[in-house]
Order: sequence, then structure tokens, then C-alpha cells
Amino acid sequence: MLELYGQELSSRLLLGTALYPSPAIMAEAIKASGAEIVTVSLRRETSGGKAGGQFWSLVQSLDVRVLPNTAGCHSVSEAVTTARMAREVFGTDWIKLEVIGNHDTLQPDVFGLVEAARILASEGFEVFPYTTDDLVVAERLLDAGCRVLMPWCAPIGSARGPQNADALRSLRGHFPGIPLIVDAGIGRPSHAAAVMELGYDAVLLNTAVAKAGDPVAMAAAFGKAVEAGREAYCAGLLEPRDMAVPSTPVIGMAAFS
Amino acid sequence: MKLTVNGQSHEVAAGTLAALLVELDFQGGWLATALNGDVVPAGERDRCSLAEGDRIEILSPMKGG
Repeated sequence: MLELYGQELSSRLLLGTALYPSPAIMAEAIKASGAEIVTVSLRRETSGGKAGGQFWSLVQSLDVRVLPNTAGCHSVSEAVTTARMAREVFGTDWIKLEVIGNHDTLQPDVFGLVEAARILASEGFEVFPYTTDDLVVAERLLDAGCRVLMPWCAPIGSARGPQNADALRSLRGHFPGIPLIVDAGIGRPSHAAAVMELGYDAVLLNTAVAKAGDPVAMAAAFGKAVEAGREAYCAGLLEPRDMAVPSTPVIGMAAFS
Repeated sequence: MKLTVNGQSHEVAAGTLAALLVELDFQGGWLATALNGDVVPAGERDRCSLAEGDRIEILSPMKGG
């Protein structure tokens, strides 16, 4: 059972709510994925607008936990204020903390991230930091009060899959008791299975499902891949070998010559 | 009084944040508000006085990844 900030969850897939062809397809995809946590954001409301309320009603009808994000924030103060406003609206201490450092790569500003995480943790937030796969940054985030880490495996929306499996493996090895969630860069179910096989606790993705030809079917496929990867990790994987090793017994071979 | 609401300039009569929401037709229990970068909880909007040049943000739930 996955436990995030004291909350027990049976699904190890977290799904975003953006980029779907329609709200109805989003809702169906979330159900098909089995996800129990979905990410949401806050944006400026238009005068007389009801869009935010309609979206929020739909999400509330899905019986899932929400993880609000600070997507698009480029400074500590922006991210901290957005987090405080998200707590007010969504009624949760959970926050997916993003402090973006680069426009092209959407790479986290890890310095600002640690600073913002410390402020928010001191205010009782339960911070899910979107970070790189850097080990020392991960240590700083834990020092700042984070009890979950969410390293990227490739840039957001890139669909490139794990670019540095060694770094992900290193994080897993160093923080055996900390829930590790790969956030960003997953493009296909095999990528999700691959990081779960490394012992990661969960996967957070959005674009790969929302922009699939059939988002509902892809959501189901990701749900299965995450489960398969987890089961494989728990079952104990065979390590690669340099030489061939026969699987059929060699003793008892007939002699024909 | 001139205010900046969600990045746009507005000339308004409202003296409090609660009155501003009514004047500009922002409705709904799902809104989050901030005055000059500080969060104003829903329950404090009617006590939140506005002054010339204030910057107000009015946010609502949106899809996100």
C-alpha cells in the first residue's frame, strides 16, 4: 500500500487533468486509470465566469483526492502565494510545488524550490516537490521538510521516458523510506513500468494520456503498466548478464553421434 | 478608485474586497483572492479595505498537470 503524508492509496498512478479533448473524456480517463489522486491548478477567473466552478464540480464528483500545483510559477513568492491560495480553494494541505527555472526545458529552479518548500512546510503544507534527479537537492528538500520527492525523468511533456536511470536508481538507493514519484517526462506505458521496476513508488503523468489517440484506453494501459512494474519490482528482477545462460536443462541430453 | 484586477485596470466604487467581487460580477465559493500578493481568505473579504492602486488577484480552479 502506498502512503503519502499519512494517506493510504491503492493506486500508484497520479493523473493530471489538463489537455484532454473534453471534460467528459478527462473524467472517463481518470476512472479508467484507477488514479486516486489528480493534479489541478489555479488560474485567473474572468468576470462573471463559471468555468472554474464547473471544472471543480466535475473533479469533486470523481471521488479522488486533489493535488494542487503551482505550475507556471517562476519565483519563490509566486509559488508560495499560489500554494496559499490553493489551500484556501481546494481545502487541502497538499501542494505539488513547482518553481520553474527555465522557459525552454521547464526545468525546476532547485534553489527556489528548496526555499519555497521550507516556507510552505513551516506553514503546515505537505509538499510534493517537482525536482530534478539531483541527489543533493533531494537531501536539501528532505531537510526543508518534504516527506515525498517527485523527480522528473525527462522534461515536462517531452514523452522521452527515463533519460538517466542511474540517477533515479541512486535516489531510490539513498532514500529507501521516502516515497518517490516520477513526475514528468513519461511518454508511454513501458516508461512507467520501467521506473516502477526501479522501485519507484508511483508515477505522475498527464500529457501522455491526455494527448493519446484514445485517452481513456491509454489511461487504462498506464494503470496496468504501473501495476505490472510494481509487481515486477516486488517479485525481484533478474539482473542482466554478460553471457548466455541456457534455460533448458543441459543434463540428460541424448547423444546421437 | 483605480485598481488592478487580474492584471487589468478597473475604475470601481467598491471599498472592500467583498464589494469588489459583487461589483465586477465574480461569484462562487471556489474563488481565491489576494491583495498585493497576500492571500485574503473568503471570510475576511468584507473586512478587507481597498486603496487606490491596489493589485487584486481573483483565481479559480483550473485543469493542471
